Amino acid sequence: MTSDLLVVTALIGLSSSAVGAMAPLRIRMHLSVALTIAACASGFVMAAEVLHTGRAAVVHTTALLPQSGLSMVLDRFGALFVAVSAVVGIGAMVFRLGYHGQGLSSRTASCILPLFVTTLLLVPAAANVTTFLFLWELMAVTSLLLVLVDHRRRSEVASAGQWYAVMTQFGAAALLVGLVLLATHTGSQSFAAIAARSTHLPAGVRDSAFVLVVVGFGSKAGMVPLHVWLPRAHPEAPGPVSALMSAAMVNLGIYGIVRVGDGLLGGGPAWWWLLVMALGALSALFGSLHSATSSDLKRLLAYSTTDNVGLMLLGVGASGLFASTGHRALALVALVATLLHVVFHAVFKGSLFLSASSLQQATGTRDLDRMGGLLRRVPLTGTIFLVGGLAMAAMPVLCGFVSEWLLLQAMLHGLPSSDPAIAVAMPIGVGALALTGGLTALTIVKAAGIGLLGQPRSTGAAEAHEVGPSMRLGAAILATLCLVFGVAPFLVVPSVVDAARSVTRARIPDPLVGGWQVGLAGVHGALAPGLLALALLIAVTLVAGARRMLQPTPARRTQAWGCGRDLQTATMEYTATSFGEPLTRVFEDVLRPAHDLDVSHAAESRYYVEAARFHTSLDDAFERHAYRPASVGLGRWGALARRVPNGSIHRYLAFGLVALIVVLVVVG
Amino acid sequence: MRTGWPAASMVAVSLLQVVGVLVGGPLLVGLMRTVRCRLEGRAGPPVRQPLLDLRKLARRERTTSDETSWIFPLAPLVLVGSTVVVAAIAPLLATDPAYGWSADLFAVVFLLLLGSVALALGALDSGTAFGGMGASRAMTIGALSEPALLVVILALSVPAHSSNLPAIVTRSLAHPLWLATPERLLALVAFVIVIVAESGRLPVDNPSTHLELTMIHEAMVLEYSGTDLALIKLGESMRLAVLMALFADLFVPWGVASAPGPIHLVVGLATTVAKVAALGVGLAIFEVTVAKLRLFRVPELLAGAFALSVLAVLSALVVA
Repeated sequence: MTSDLLVVTALIGLSSSAVGAMAPLRIRMHLSVALTIAACASGFVMAAEVLHTGRAAVVHTTALLPQSGLSMVLDRFGALFVAVSAVVGIGAMVFRLGYHGQGLSSRTASCILPLFVTTLLLVPAAANVTTFLFLWELMAVTSLLLVLVDHRRRSEVASAGQWYAVMTQFGAAALLVGLVLLATHTGSQSFAAIAARSTHLPAGVRDSAFVLVVVGFGSKAGMVPLHVWLPRAHPEAPGPVSALMSAAMVNLGIYGIVRVGDGLLGGGPAWWWLLVMALGALSALFGSLHSATSSDLKRLLAYSTTDNVGLMLLGVGASGLFASTGHRALALVALVATLLHVVFHAVFKGSLFLSASSLQQATGTRDLDRMGGLLRRVPLTGTIFLVGGLAMAAMPVLCGFVSEWLLLQAMLHGLPSSDPAIAVAMPIGVGALALTGGLTALTIVKAAGIGLLGQPRSTGAAEAHEVGPSMRLGAAILATLCLVFGVAPFLVVPSVVDAARSVTRARIPDPLVGGWQVGLAGVHGALAPGLLALALLIAVTLVAGARRMLQPTPARRTQAWGCGRDLQTATMEYTATSFGEPLTRVFEDVLRPAHDLDVSHAAESRYYVEAARFHTSLDDAFERHAYRPASVGLGRWGALARRVPNGSIHRYLAFGLVALIVVLVVVG
Repeated sequence: MRTGWPAASMVAVSLLQVVGVLVGGPLLVGLMRTVRCRLEGRAGPPVRQPLLDLRKLARRERTTSDETSWIFPLAPLVLVGSTVVVAAIAPLLATDPAYGWSADLFAVVFLLLLGSVALALGALDSGTAFGGMGASRAMTIGALSEPALLVVILALSVPAHSSNLPAIVTRSLAHPLWLATPERLLALVAFVIVIVAESGRLPVDNPSTHLELTMIHEAMVLEYSGTDLALIKLGESMRLAVLMALFADLFVPWGVASAPGPIHLVVGLATTVAKVAALGVGLAIFEVTVAKLRLFRVPELLAGAFALSVLAVLSALVVA
C-alpha cells in the first residue's frame, strides 16, 4: 500500500505542477495549492504508515531514467524526513492561499512551487545514486527559481540568487564526486549494495567520499563556512518558500550526512565525527552570534537556521563518535536527539518564517528597527511568532527544550568513557550548546521584544492590520505543534527512535524510557515536560489569583515615565541594533563591525555640531575574508583568460597546432 | 518513585519548600542588607523590612503604560511561577520532594531562564528607553553566563551519572570525600560567579542603584508598580534564595533529610536555613569589599568562570 502511495504522491505533485502551469488564472492558484496539499497529505500518510509498520515503500522502474532506472525505497529513516516535509508543506501551502505579492502568483512560480514541494517529499526515498542526484538537483533548481521570482522588481534578489546558485552547485558537484566515488568502488550505484560492500573499501576512498559528502550536504544545510547563501536567499525568497527552504530543505542536508555516514558507510573513524562536531560547534556559535546581532528579521531567522543546523551536526558528530568508540546505546540517544531537533526545528522555524512573512506583509518592512507594538495590532500572528521563538530558545514546555535536553544528556553520559577524544569534545560541545542557547534566548527576546512589543517605530507598524485567515491558519498549525510536541513528546519520540535504529541498523533495546517522560533507560531521573507544563500552569494561575485577591482593581493605563519630561516617543525606545550592541562589543574581535561617524560642524564655530550621522554595519566574516577575495581572484583569472582568445584566427590555428603536437607527444 | 517515601510526606516537603522560599527569600534579602549596613557603620532597617515593603506594595494600584500588551502583566506571574516550580521539585530540604525524579538540573536552569526571558520581554513591553536598556544588558550577561553554568552542571553530574538533582545530592551524601576533590572546588568558584551574575549582585550589577549608566535589573522593572512590582521583588528574592539553596545542596549537602519523618525534616529545614543565611552573610560581606565592574568587563569574569568549569569537567574525568 505504501508503495502505491509513493507513486500517488509523486503523481499528485506533478499534476499540481501541471495545473499551476496550464490552468486559467482564476483557478490556477487555488487548484494547484489544493493539489499540493493533497500530495503532502498523501506523503504524510505514506510516511506514517512506513514509520508504523516498518515495511519500506519500494518503487523501481527502468522507464523514467536511462541506464540505472528510477529506484525508490522509503525506509523508516527517510519516512521521518518525508513526514516533516509534508507537515511543513501543508502549513506553508495553507499560508500560500492568503499570501500575495513577491511574484509568487506568476505562471512559472505556480508551476515550480508544487514541484519543489514534491521533490522535498521524494528526495528521502531515493535509493540509488542517479535517482538521488536527479531529485536533489531538481530540488536545487526549483528552489533557485523560487528564490528568483521577484528579481524584476528588486535587484537584491538577483544577487541572492547568484550566491545561492553558486553555493548549491558547488555542493552538488562535491556530492556528485563523493557518491560516484562510492558507486565506482563498490561496483553498484544502488544504496543497498553500497551499504553492503562499503566496509571493505580502502580507507582513502571512504575518507574522501565522506569529506566530499559532508561538504556537499553541508552547503545545502547552511553549515559554516558554506552558509553564505542562507542570509541572502532566505530574506529575498517569498514567505512560504523561505519557510519551506529553512524548515524542510536544510533538513535534507542532515539527512544526507547521516544516510551516507551512518547508513552507506556504516560509521567511520573518530576523526570524521570530530570534524562534524567541530563544524557543528562553529556553525552553532557563528549562526547564533550573527542572528543575535542582525536587525533584519528574516536575515536573523536565516542565521538562526545555521545555528540550529550546527546543533544538529553536533548531535550527528557526537553520535558517530560514540559509535566509533563502541557506545552503541549512547550513539543512538545522540542520533535520536538530533532527529528530534530536526522535527522540532521544522515546526518552530516554519511557524517563525511564516509569521515573519505575515509581519512583513502587515507592516511593509522586515527591519526590526521599524517595527514595534505589533502584538496589540496583529495579535494572533504576533503570538505565533512568540511561540515559535520561545520554542527555538528551548524554553520549557515548548518543543525545542526537549531535543536540547536530550542532546545534553547524551553528551553528559558519554563523558565517563575513558576515550580522550570524547573527554575533550564533550565539554566543548556542551559549552557551545550552552552559549548558543543563551544567545538564542537573547535573539528571541530581541526579535519578539523589539518587533512585537513597545511602541510602533514607524507608520507602517502603527497602521498594521492582521493578515488573512489562511495565512494565520498556516502558521498556527505549526505553532500549535510546537506546544503539542513540547508537552507530549511521546507523540514523536517512538517514531524517531525507530527511524534512528533503521539507519544505524543497531540491534539494541530502546535506550529511552517511554510514556509522558523523556529520559535514558537505566539512569535515575527523567524529564517530564507534561508535568512541568501542568506545574507551571498551576503556579502561574495561583500567583495570578493571589494578585487578583490583593489588588482587585485592574491596572490603570497611563503614560510611561519619561524622566520628568512629558514626552515618551518611539524614538526613545531601544532598537534591535541598540539591543544587540553590548553583544557586538563583547564579540568585537569576531564580528568586526564597521562604524562610520559623520559630523558636520556649524559654520560659526567648530564647537557646535550641526548634524551627525552614524552608520554601523556587520558583515559576515567568512564572506568578507574568504568569499570576496575568492570571487575577486576568480574575476581576475577570468579577465586574464579572456586575453588569450582575442578573436584572431591565426592564434586559434596556432592553438590547434600546439594541442596536436602535445597530443602526439603524449600518446607517442 | 524510588525510595519508600509516602506520597503525602513528599507533597508536604514540596509545600514546605515553597512556603520556605516565599518567606525566606525576602528575609534573606533583608539579612544581606542589614549585614551590609552594619559593615558600613549604619544601623539599617530591620531584617523583615523587605516583607513589610512587599505588604505595602501589594496593596497599591497597578499601572501600565499606554502601549503595553498582555506580556507586561504576565511577566511577573511567570517570574514567580517558574521559581515556585523550581522550589517545589528541587531537593532543598529533603532528598525526595514530590516529583523529585523530574528535578533535572538542566530543567531547573531552563525554568529559571524562562523567568529571566519573561522579565526581559515585560521590560521591552513598556516601550521606554530604560526597559530596553535593562533587557539588553540582562540578556547579554545571561547569555554569557549560560556556558559556565551548564558546564558546571556537567562537572557535577559526571560522578553521579545523572543530572538529576536528588541523585547528585544522594551521591554527595554517600561519598562525602568526593566533595573535597579539585573538580568540586573549581566548580564551586565557577558556580559562585554564575550565581552572582544570574541574581544581579555586585560586582556584576548593583541592586540598589538607580543610576542609568550602571543599572541592569532595576532598569527592567522601572515601569512596574504596585502589586506587580511586589511580585517582581518577591520573585527576585525567591530566585536568590533558590540559587543559594541549590548551591548549598550541591556543595554542602549535609543536613538535607534523606529519610522520611518529621524529625529529619525539621533538621533539614534548620540546616538549610542556616546554610543559606551563612551564604547570604558571606555574599553580603563580599559585596561590601568589591566595586561594581564596568559592564564590558563582566564578560571577562564570565569567561573566567567558563574556563574554571571546563577545568572542573576535565579534572572530574581524570579523577574518575
